[in-house]
Amino acid sequence: MIEEVETKDAIKTQEYFVNMGPQHPSTHGVLRLMLELDGEIIKKVTPHIGYIHRSIEKMSEKDSYRQIVHLTDRMDYLSNHMNNEAVCLLVENALEVEVSDRVKVIRTIMSELTRLSSHQLWWGVMGMDLGALTTFLYAFRDREMINDIFEETCGARLTVNYNVPGGVMFDIHPNFQQRVKDFIKSFKTKLPEYDDLLSNNVIFRQRTEGVGILSKEDAISYGVTGPTGRASGFSNDTRKHKPYSAYDRVEFKEILMDKGDTFSRYKARILEMWESVSIIEQLIDNIPEGDIQEPSVKQVIKLPKGEFYQSVETARGELGVYVVSDGQKSPYRLKFRSPGFSNLFVLDHMVRGYKIADLVAMMSTIDLVIPDIDR
Amino acid sequence: MDNESLKAKIAQWVPDAEFEETGTSKAQLLNAIITPDKLLEVAEKLRNEDGMKYDFMYCLTCVDFPEHFMMVYHLRSSETWNELVLKVKIEDKEKPEVETLCHIWRTAEYHEREVYDLFGVVFKNHPDLRRILLDEEWEGYPLRKDYADPVNMISL
Repeated sequence: MIEEVETKDAIKTQEYFVNMGPQHPSTHGVLRLMLELDGEIIKKVTPHIGYIHRSIEKMSEKDSYRQIVHLTDRMDYLSNHMNNEAVCLLVENALEVEVSDRVKVIRTIMSELTRLSSHQLWWGVMGMDLGALTTFLYAFRDREMINDIFEETCGARLTVNYNVPGGVMFDIHPNFQQRVKDFIKSFKTKLPEYDDLLSNNVIFRQRTEGVGILSKEDAISYGVTGPTGRASGFSNDTRKHKPYSAYDRVEFKEILMDKGDTFSRYKARILEMWESVSIIEQLIDNIPEGDIQEPSVKQVIKLPKGEFYQSVETARGELGVYVVSDGQKSPYRLKFRSPGFSNLFVLDHMVRGYKIADLVAMMSTIDLVIPDIDR
Repeated sequence: MDNESLKAKIAQWVPDAEFEETGTSKAQLLNAIITPDKLLEVAEKLRNEDGMKYDFMYCLTCVDFPEHFMMVYHLRSSETWNELVLKVKIEDKEKPEVETLCHIWRTAEYHEREVYDLFGVVFKNHPDLRRILLDEEWEGYPLRKDYADPVNMISL
């Protein structure tokens, strides 16, 4: 691709800049990309972030650990459960309390439902970014069922705030198991439709295959995690390498691809949805009895002095929480290692030499959520 | 490589390195604390030495302590998933400076910009050291403990 550009350089052209965003539908939020262009060929991309920076880390230094949990689902709102879980797990591990098996299984089911709903939204928007509006409608039809399940059990559809340190806020709704099973049954017939609509579409394949290749070495060096990194063969699934909650008792595959192109990143997420379905199926009939909140976790939580790090696998990659505690009710310093932040900055490396339309496809398969980057 | 032999190896490179273990009793992380002048040498060895290959920097941040700044680098080997926390103690609070690591781990470039933005730590030889989250004209470094917020929305 790059050589082709150089040989065509018979006419003298001038480089110029175009701002893409901060208000642009395909940047999925307030992200500004400054494109350095030669004709339609991209020479360089400079992402400008911070439009939705809410100083969550600074706020956390004044908040109690119970309050910090609810800030986290304002970061990556599509991975709300996993974000909540990261802080809860950190607090529980630091206090050395063990939550009941019931909580572990509920958290795992909830996380996988969240992953499904996040990937559904991504799939719908990916089609739309490439000009296929139908996928958006299909994805939202299926995603609605998950949101209804959340609403019934958690009382909220997006910023659920369902995990609390030591357990979950409420027990599952009596309808929960049946509704999840209904959803899984219906979604298993819908998922092949996704392939029919997009994965096997000739135009889609031509726009994604062999485009935006990211090598495994670069993925590691840029710290690209999640399905984006796994599509380049970088094995980074926290659920596999450092199992938490009930992930050590379910069987699932870590989806690894070898090509690292836009289509691999697309395919990795589609296959991941099948794995999530399988995890939920294994657990939904086997929710053990037990307490939903560990009574030894007090209302005002003080972590012991020390430093703690906890990572979870969100729909976008590894979310890490790093806490320096001085024994008070608020952390001395708290850092969120958000997956989106690292994933975004590989874009410039990937996109050089391609066209703007390819950039849109690549950005779509990195699956950015801007509040997750800006925090 | 287990924590003990790792400790011995780093102590061989940097005789005055300090060590501590952090985390919970179940998951202990080895912390190696070094001075800024040794950072580049140690980082390159950790990245390239056989048996270590800490090729994945998964977190980079800074902590403002009353007497010093502490740069914190969380490193992991993508093959073995061994982990190590490398820390650099910056004693000079007036003019904190440390060498950039962005040519060893590419992800460091942007995380360092964030630390520069929020803590005011200057990274020497960084290719593009600008504010990243805040406005170019922002005054002060908000994550420092002595930062006074003029609007004061978050103090209780």
